[in-house]
Amino acid sequence: MGILDSIPYVNAVLSHRPWPRAVVTETGWKAAIDRLVEGGLTLLGFWGEPAAVHMALLDDGSAEIAVVTYACTAGTFPSVASRHRPALRLERTIHDLFGLVPTAADDLRPWLDHHAWGKPYPLSGRNTSRDARPYRFLPAEGEALHQVAVGPVHAGIIEPGHFRFTANGEHVARLEQWLGYTHKGIESLMQGASLEAAAKLANRTSGDSAVAYAFAFARAAEAALDVEVPQRATWLRALMAELERLANHLGDIGAICNDASFALMHAQTGILRERCLRAANVAFGHRLMMDVIVPGGVTRDIAPDGVSALRALLTELRKVFPRLIELYDNTASLQDRTVTTGIVKADYVRRFGAGGYVGRASGRDFDARRTLAYAPYDQLSFEVPVLDAGDVNARVWIRIREVEQSVELIEQILGRLGPAELLTALPSGIGRGACEGMALAEAFRGDVLVWLRLDGELRVERCHLRDASWFQWPLLETAIEGNIIADFPLCNKSFNCSYSGADL
Amino acid sequence: MRKTLLESLTHGSLTEPAPAPDESALAELATKVGRTAQARLGRSLAIREVDAGSCNACELEIHALSNAFYDVERFGLRFVASPRHADVLLVTGPVTKNMRQALERTYNATPDPKWVVAVGGCAVDGGIFRGSYACVGGVSETVPVDLHIKGCPPSPMDLLKGLLALLEHVGAKR
Repeated sequence: MGILDSIPYVNAVLSHRPWPRAVVTETGWKAAIDRLVEGGLTLLGFWGEPAAVHMALLDDGSAEIAVVTYACTAGTFPSVASRHRPALRLERTIHDLFGLVPTAADDLRPWLDHHAWGKPYPLSGRNTSRDARPYRFLPAEGEALHQVAVGPVHAGIIEPGHFRFTANGEHVARLEQWLGYTHKGIESLMQGASLEAAAKLANRTSGDSAVAYAFAFARAAEAALDVEVPQRATWLRALMAELERLANHLGDIGAICNDASFALMHAQTGILRERCLRAANVAFGHRLMMDVIVPGGVTRDIAPDGVSALRALLTELRKVFPRLIELYDNTASLQDRTVTTGIVKADYVRRFGAGGYVGRASGRDFDARRTLAYAPYDQLSFEVPVLDAGDVNARVWIRIREVEQSVELIEQILGRLGPAELLTALPSGIGRGACEGMALAEAFRGDVLVWLRLDGELRVERCHLRDASWFQWPLLETAIEGNIIADFPLCNKSFNCSYSGADL
Repeated sequence: MRKTLLESLTHGSLTEPAPAPDESALAELATKVGRTAQARLGRSLAIREVDAGSCNACELEIHALSNAFYDVERFGLRFVASPRHADVLLVTGPVTKNMRQALERTYNATPDPKWVVAVGGCAVDGGIFRGSYACVGGVSETVPVDLHIKGCPPSPMDLLKGLLALLEHVGAKR
C-alpha cells in the first residue's frame, strides 16, 4: 500500500520527482502525524517555505517515500513536534526562519535564532518583530544537582555548540544541547542561485561530507529536470563517495580511541586517513573532492595516475587495517572505556529514524545506498553491517566493518569505469514552469536529504538540505544520561554529528 | 600492540621535510606585525583554534597538521585548549553573527602579545557565504587579523607554510 493511500490529500503535485508530493488539508496533515506516532512511517525531513510546510515520509518496510504539504493560509500549521518529538528542532527552525506558527506547540523556544541576525524570520519575506528573551534551558531539579556549561568554543579543534550538563556528582542527569552557532543562512543564499553556485554551497554545507552533499544535490536537480547522467560519471561519484567514507571513518576510529586516551590508534589511523586524502588529491585534484560532482555528471575525469594511486591505497589498507582491528579488539583498557558506554536505545533510533552508524549500531537496518538502491549502488555488491548493542563500541565496529566494505566497493568500481563520457548537458531552461526534485545520499554519518524547486530558468527557487545529524543529535542527549561527564567526549566523538550541517 | 609499536620504531619516519615559509605570508606579516613585545616568545607558539562558523573542512585540514606526515609540534607549534594559554588564534569561517560575540570574547581572553591568523576563503571575506543575513564577513571585520591563509580549504602544507612564516617573523624580532 502506498503512503498516500492512507493519507487523504487534495491534489498530487505532478512536477515533483521521483517520489510523489501531495497537498493535504488539516485532516491529511494530522493523519500523517498519526502514522508517525504509531511508528508506521519515519520522518525523513520537515521544512518550510514562506506559506507552506512539507514533511518527507519514509515507509521503512517498503522503502517508499512521499512528501506531504500543508498550505499555511493563516500563517499556522498543526504542530508535529507536540505529538512526534523527532520533529522538534526542525519545527523550531521552521518558526525561526519563516515565522510560521505551529498551533498547539508546547516548545517554541528559538533554535537557530540567537537574536543576533538583526532581523527575525529572515526567510518569511515579511518585516516583523520578535521578542529577544534570554534562552531558557529545560529545568532539572533535585538535591545536589549542579550545572556545567560548555561551549560554544570547545577545548579541541571542533565546531562550536553549547552543551548544558546537569550533573549529580560525576553522573550526568541531563544534557541539553543548544546549537545554531554556525548558522550561515545557506538556504537563503540558495534562493535565486544558479545551479552551479548552489552546488558549491551544497558542497560546503558540511565539509566532511562535501561529496555526499554534492551527490544528493546533483541527483535532486537531475530528478527535477529528468536528466540521465553518463554511466562513467555515476561510477566516479560513487568512487568519491566511498573514498570520503573511508577517510572519515578512519579519522573517527582513531579520534574515538584518542578520547579514551589511546593515542597509538589515533596516530595509526591518522596516517591512513592522510593516505586517503592524498590519493583523492592525485585522482581528483582536491583532497576533499569538492566541486567535482555537479548536476549532469562530474566536472573532471579521474587523473591518469589516479587509478594506480587508489590501488596502492587499497593495498596499504588491506595490509595495515586488519592489524589495527586486532589492536582495537585486544586492548582491554580501551574496551573498558567503549563497551557499555553511551548506549542508545533501539526504540529511540527507530522513532527518530536515526541513520548512519548511530542507527545501525542500535539495530536500525537502513542505509540509503541499499534501501533506496540509487545508482550505481544498485549494481554493486556490499553488505550493510547492523549491531544491537548501541554503545560506543558498537558504533566503532560499524565503522570498522564499513571501512572494509568501502575498500571492496572501490575495488569493484575501479574494475568497471566505462567509456569517457562525463557530463550530460542540462537544458538552458524549461518551458513548463517550476520543477521539483528530491534525493538522498548516504554520507559517512548517515543519509543526506536534498529537496529543491527550480524555476523556468533553472535557478534555485527553494532548496532544503537535511543532514543526518538532525535525528542523531537529540539521541546523544539520551546516550550520555547516567554516564559520567568525563565520558562525554568519547560519546560525542562516537556520534561525530555535524554542527554546520545541522545549523545550515 | 607490540608489533605495531616496534614497526613504528624500525620503519623510517613518515614525517616530511619542512616547507619554506610562504613568501606572500612573510610580506603580509612584515607590514602588519609591528609590536615590540614579540621577543619574549622565541620559536614556540601556542595556538587556539576558533571555528567561527566554518563548514568544518578547514578543521579537518588543521587536524591533519598533527598527523605523522606534517607533525606540526616539531616546530614548536602546539594546539592548546584555552585562549588564555594561547599566543595565536587560528580562526576559520565567515564569522556567523551567532559566533561573533564568542569570537570577540575569545580574542579578549587571549593575553598580549597575540596574533590572529584567518584560515580559509570564508575567513578572508566571507567567501561564498558573503552577503548572508547570518554572516558578518571576513574575520578582520570582528577582530584584527595579522595573517590570512587562503584556500577552500587550505591544504595542510599551505597551513604549515603560513604558520612557519609567522614563526620566522616572530623569531626574527627577538
